[in-house]
Amino acid sequence: MTTATMDIAKTQADSLFKRKRIIGFAAPVVVLAYFVYIFFAFDLMGLAQRANWDNAIKLASDSWSHKVHVTRSSRTGEIDYAVEGERKGRYPEGTRPDWVSGEDIVSIDLGGDTIVRLLPDNHTEIDIPGYGLVTAHLEGRQVITNLQEPLPEWINASDRRVGITTPEGRITLTGSKTEVFNYFMGWELFWFTLDSPYHGQSITKILFGAQIDPARSNITGAVSDWWNNAMWRHKDVAWAIGETILMAFLGTMGAAILALPLAFLAAKRFAPFVLLRGATRRVFDFVRGVDALIWTVVLARAFGPGPLTGTLAILITDTGTFGKTFSEALENVDAKQIEGVTSTGAKPLQRYRFAVIPQVVPVLLAQILYFFESNTRSATIIGAITGGGIGLMLTQAIQTQKDWEEVAYYIVLIVLMVMFLDWFSGWLRSRLIGRKD
Amino acid sequence: MTDATLGSASSVDTIQSAYMAQVQRRRLYGGITLLLFVALMVSGFNIADARNAGGFWDGIANIGAYPADVLSEAWEKRADLPALIVKYAPALMETINIAAVSTLIGTAGGIILSLLGTRGLARWPRLIPVFRRFSDIMRAVPEIVIALVLIFVLGGGPIPAVIAISIHTAGALAKMFSEVAENADLKPVEGLASTGATWAQRMWLGIIPQVAPNYLSYALLRFEINIRASAILGFVGAGGIGYELRNAMAWGPGRFDEAAAIFVLLFGTIVLFDQISSRYRNRLTEGANA
Repeated sequence: MTTATMDIAKTQADSLFKRKRIIGFAAPVVVLAYFVYIFFAFDLMGLAQRANWDNAIKLASDSWSHKVHVTRSSRTGEIDYAVEGERKGRYPEGTRPDWVSGEDIVSIDLGGDTIVRLLPDNHTEIDIPGYGLVTAHLEGRQVITNLQEPLPEWINASDRRVGITTPEGRITLTGSKTEVFNYFMGWELFWFTLDSPYHGQSITKILFGAQIDPARSNITGAVSDWWNNAMWRHKDVAWAIGETILMAFLGTMGAAILALPLAFLAAKRFAPFVLLRGATRRVFDFVRGVDALIWTVVLARAFGPGPLTGTLAILITDTGTFGKTFSEALENVDAKQIEGVTSTGAKPLQRYRFAVIPQVVPVLLAQILYFFESNTRSATIIGAITGGGIGLMLTQAIQTQKDWEEVAYYIVLIVLMVMFLDWFSGWLRSRLIGRKD
Repeated sequence: MTDATLGSASSVDTIQSAYMAQVQRRRLYGGITLLLFVALMVSGFNIADARNAGGFWDGIANIGAYPADVLSEAWEKRADLPALIVKYAPALMETINIAAVSTLIGTAGGIILSLLGTRGLARWPRLIPVFRRFSDIMRAVPEIVIALVLIFVLGGGPIPAVIAISIHTAGALAKMFSEVAENADLKPVEGLASTGATWAQRMWLGIIPQVAPNYLSYALLRFEINIRASAILGFVGAGGIGYELRNAMAWGPGRFDEAAAIFVLLFGTIVLFDQISSRYRNRLTEGANA
């Protein structure tokens, strides 16, 4: 090697290094500048004001706990006990939780020595350890209390409404009613609602014990009461998950069935007419580009909300994607096998069946199974927009802004569903085309 | 000699009959599978049809009605279309920004998760299953779930969408990245280890340069997917073009020109980024000449 070539190599290396160095510095600077722009464009400073941390706390605590409402109507003086204050969680007539006692003076033990006493004539006494006794009564629509200024942070009082939040529970007094919330860990009434005879029975007693409901055997009765649980709606949830998986299955498979013949038209090897090939490809690009969101919106107008609309939206979008990948797979097939089959005198259709299809099936199957898994996620999202499946139940539960334990339940179910289908499609793929990942 | 030919003839017969029996059996299994599949498709379709608000056969006749309404109204007001496109350009920009930011954050998260979850590279080999399950869960949560919950806490706007898409992107990319990283050459890592490089230095200097083209190509593909996702999240209240689309839809007839303008913008953006990214990805995977 002469000095001259050495020099050339050296300057080349130098310039290469220089370029690398510039890129090495410029790329992070560009990204950083972009983030600075985003910081202002997305108004991150204003986020602190917009964020509602009370909501966050409510969400976090509600998702794994529940409360029992004790409500006294100011007009009639009647006291009502209901889980989450819902009709379907109401204690049947004549029963009440065991932390409530007394007849004329109803005493509610919230735990931790915090006791609320509901006295006649809309008088209320609240015994809070470390703070003292709070008394309140109604005069017309006004709430009169013995509270003294300055009030601690956890009491919020006006003459119309008094709210007291203790670590043990919450008490709200207004002109129309007195409400006491007692908080408990766990999801309430997940198995049986209060009107079911199986509520509060242990599993062993239901399985092996004496017959509880004279009309039904224990197991059928328990299963049917659980299945028809009005609070958690296990039946509807199961149907919703079924609908979501159905949307993904029908959409993916329907798209694959449609895309396969079309892919032959779009593949250079099999489509003799350039014009037809180009047109098919543009169709694929178009349906893919329109995107599932717009398809959902358009289809929902024609078919109304429901799983069929979601199915068709997935089907149409994926026909474009499958058409593109299938035609690429078809272009990469080995010509030798086609020649071999042709030499036996096979007609075009037989050539496709015996020389082309066996070659592309593994690629196609892998694609289809991958999309099936990813489409269960899309079906959840499309369901939220078009109204079908578990996606709809989730959005409804979130929009009511109170059943956070149900939201948590649905999220867990969705994650389990997607992970199961991920595992299942991987298992099926390894069974059908051999292990590859 | 005669024995041999006789023997071979009978063995050919047995082979042939065994082969035919096998073919028969395969055909039977294939037929049963096909039958099951068709039964599943048909019954599934019937269930979906029954549980839908409108039936399939009624709907298919009306499928063109809405697009035709939108198109005819947009055509009547075609003079306004450029102005409307300009009007909605900032919303589109927001959608693209959401996708870009979440792709950047998600890619960074995906790289870290993938390196921590790949055999031979992991910082703490015992924790590989933990990181893998973690990224599985991140991948399994649909964006809309996180976005809706965060909208409740943080209020509407782009931030919930960015967080939601970033989480999903990190999980999805972690899986693809770790498949690439598994095939990386470990010699540079060993060399760096011998010089006393820390784990971060070994990864940054030994692994990342090897896998960068593939990582970049996957990240670009994700960017494409994320544009679609961010438009959808806008539809449920996360801002951007999806939000505008829902509003325009809610107004109904009379404002169809706005819906049409948004359709055009969204379609154009998706196709544009699709083309750019597929061209660039081809270059990345097939070398600079392609």
